[in-house]
Amino acid sequence: MRFTALHYVVLALLAIGVILGVGVGLTRGEMLVRLNAVTVVFYLLGGLAAACAMAVAFSKNILHSAFALMGTLAGVAGLYFMLGADFIGVVQLLVYVGGILVLILFAVLLTRDITDIKISNLQVSLLGGVPAALLILGVLVRVLVGAPFRAGATAAAPTVGRIGDALLREYLLPFEVASVILLMALVGAMVIARRAVKEEAGADRQNPEVSQ
Amino acid sequence: MNALVTVGLTHYLVVAAVLFTAGLITVATRRNAVAILMGVELILNAASLNFVAFSRFVHGGIGGQVFSLFIILLAAAEACIALAIVLSIFRNFKNVDVFKTTTLRE
Repeated sequence: MRFTALHYVVLALLAIGVILGVGVGLTRGEMLVRLNAVTVVFYLLGGLAAACAMAVAFSKNILHSAFALMGTLAGVAGLYFMLGADFIGVVQLLVYVGGILVLILFAVLLTRDITDIKISNLQVSLLGGVPAALLILGVLVRVLVGAPFRAGATAAAPTVGRIGDALLREYLLPFEVASVILLMALVGAMVIARRAVKEEAGADRQNPEVSQ
Repeated sequence: MNALVTVGLTHYLVVAAVLFTAGLITVATRRNAVAILMGVELILNAASLNFVAFSRFVHGGIGGQVFSLFIILLAAAEACIALAIVLSIFRNFKNVDVFKTTTLRE
């Protein structure tokens, strides 16, 4: 059976509904209280993120997986905004959707075997992997629904200034280490890519008739 | 039904758990190295979402968001290096199937 995007959306919404319904301990009698805007937006964003995550996991075509990843990242960015984390949401959009996703798309398009789309996104042992992962999901949901968190919403306030303060006071050392790591990643990626180019160029020089 | 309608900490944690599970399935069952990287990004996103949710509902400070920032940063560095390695492997083997390319070079 061939799954389409609609199937994933419906499946993920059903899954979230069932998990929440069972996990929170839905008892008889109490009907729908009233839907407010926050709830509706949360379910839309959470459903988008979860449905796209399922598409990443199960799509036959790796390009569809990559674009579904964009939906997940955007949904999570929306959830960050709902949580009052405005700066993290913007960083998520800029770095993930604007940077990492483009990198992944480049890698997909540069390495995909275009002639046969089937071999580009094979899966192994779905029978082994999926039940194990669902078991883990069940354990996770069971634990976190039953856990006695002292949860109370704190007031949402603009976070940019506070994050800047925290980065230059309490988290100064991690901040500096992170900048060194970014520099290492930049130089390292360049070195890895450049060596391959140089070897190819050297091989071409040795047998010029091959390159022509 | 009230617990379903009033969005709280548990709702965000459940979404993060679903994302984590999808990432786990992707990492465990894909054969394409780039697809495995996508699974890793999903798992990192789930962890990051948990940090922000706990920071909002339990801790109340800014620390969780700073950690989330560092996670995003490390994910960027990881994607950059990993994709460079994947491209390099593809040049050597003409393939990124993790079952066929079990060594980094021939």
